[in-house]
Amino acid sequence: MTGASAPGSSSSISAWWWRHQRTLTPLILLAPACLLFAIFVIIPIGMSLSLSLYDWDGVGPKTWVGFGNFAELFGDPVFFTALKNNLLWLLIYLAAPMLGLLLALFLNQGVRGIRPIRALFLMPFVVSQVVIGLIFAWFLNPEFGLLNPLLAKLGLGPVAPLENERWAILAVIAAGLWPQTAYCMVLYLTGLTGMRPELIESARLDGARDHTLLWHVVLPQLRPVTFIAAMVCVVSALRSFDLVMIMTAGGPYNSTNVLAYYMYEQTFLSLRYGYAAAIAAVLFGLMACCVAFFLWRLLARERG
Amino acid sequence: MFPTPIERAPRATRFTYRAALYVSLAVWLLPMAGVALTSVRSIDDLNRGNLWGWPSEFRLVENYTAVFADTRMAQFILNSVLITVPAVAGAVALACMAGFALAKFRFRGNLALFVIFIAGNLVPFQILMIPVRNLTIEIGIYDTRWALILFHAAFQTGFCTLFMRNFIKQLPDDMLDAARNDGLSEFQIFRHIVLPLVRPAIAAIAALTFTFVWNDYFWSLVLVQSDDVRPLTAGLQSLRGMWLASWHLISAGSIVAAIPPVLIFFFMQQHFIAGLTSGTPND
Repeated sequence: MTGASAPGSSSSISAWWWRHQRTLTPLILLAPACLLFAIFVIIPIGMSLSLSLYDWDGVGPKTWVGFGNFAELFGDPVFFTALKNNLLWLLIYLAAPMLGLLLALFLNQGVRGIRPIRALFLMPFVVSQVVIGLIFAWFLNPEFGLLNPLLAKLGLGPVAPLENERWAILAVIAAGLWPQTAYCMVLYLTGLTGMRPELIESARLDGARDHTLLWHVVLPQLRPVTFIAAMVCVVSALRSFDLVMIMTAGGPYNSTNVLAYYMYEQTFLSLRYGYAAAIAAVLFGLMACCVAFFLWRLLARERG
Repeated sequence: MFPTPIERAPRATRFTYRAALYVSLAVWLLPMAGVALTSVRSIDDLNRGNLWGWPSEFRLVENYTAVFADTRMAQFILNSVLITVPAVAGAVALACMAGFALAKFRFRGNLALFVIFIAGNLVPFQILMIPVRNLTIEIGIYDTRWALILFHAAFQTGFCTLFMRNFIKQLPDDMLDAARNDGLSEFQIFRHIVLPLVRPAIAAIAALTFTFVWNDYFWSLVLVQSDDVRPLTAGLQSLRGMWLASWHLISAGSIVAAIPPVLIFFFMQQHFIAGLTSGTPND
């Protein structure tokens, strides 16, 4: 009996499965990705946001403080330096799409051996930011660095930008601009290769000069690329951490602090988890504003 | 083609263009060339201030041997491999499955899920630091390779899913319907039709994700702390305290750290760039 009913039930299961597999397959395929993404990305965002309303040393009990952490941020000069540096970072990173476009225009030629040359131009993007940071920290080092001997040959005096409160942040951002420009260059090169040649050729036959062409034919076609490039730059400007950690550790006197690094410091050096979460929440808010702005522009353009 | 192809220009212009190419490339890579050169110098050169001149002696073998013999560099490299490879494999596998589901099935919340995957990938990931670190402590994987493998696999799944979904969406529906009429189940379609066709996309996304995970520094700092499991990026920075002003060793270490992603990049250049520019409409 049992022997007879087992295949019967299994065939009814498989019949049931066969009827429902079109609905069940996507669920099964999605489950692992959604689960892992929820556990490590989505839920932690919520946990961080709620933690920002508490005082916590990472071990003991949490104390509810409402918006106390945020109120304290408003009186914290280091927070404002970090915020200002993040905004400066963002602003300067927006030069990367422009520089990347110039580089792409320069490299968009079909001459022999251009492929490996383009690849070499992308190199700074491929290596780790740790390596970029080490290279630049040493490049700018006043005693052993490569910059001062180079300046001396040009008859310019020795400089120590990383030890200067005013210049240090610009030096750190400049180091980041290098790989960022390389990235934008690749985006634009792909955009330029994919452009419709007949539009350009016909404009040329009409006697359009190159700079008119660039402005009225090429750039409008490249707009989606510019959009992506700008967004990528904003995202990485707000995430900036590695270069600060490697090159200056936030110094001198917090002049190169950024929100991500200040949050890290508050967590592991001051053990103020709640305050750190509040800093992270501000960072998240900034990102949300930028994404909303991008989406608004995207929708506005699609509507016309 | 824009700008005007240089082949149409006179000979002198073409010659100038080629010269400009090489000069600009040299300037662009000057910092890297400086590091490469320094990694084969002796400490005497550094002390004497011979930073740009020809090295007084070549110590390629000595310096690179010192990096591996006096430090745990080999262990760091092994750790990076043992973290990066499973993380990439996991993210790509999950993304293929999720990408197929999102691209070829209609169900409620499909678009919402897709948007969540994209948005989750855009967040400044530092906001995840405290909860994720606590989570790894609670489930007992803090300071193990698993902490980094699981986190990277999860986080990269967002971008990989976006990529795979867009690629799979371009596969013609007629083809899948024909397979269905032949009696193939959805899983068989995924396994025998979709996966073989998306191989180029898998290569692109794997090459790119490998670079991202290999180059990660933040999470290596937050989720592990002992040298036994620490990957190369965090290891290199920790060696700086030991090497102080031995910039020839720091340079050699940096070169070692940079080699794997650079190799991946050069061997899989087309795939890598295809992955990098996947958001742009022209591919």
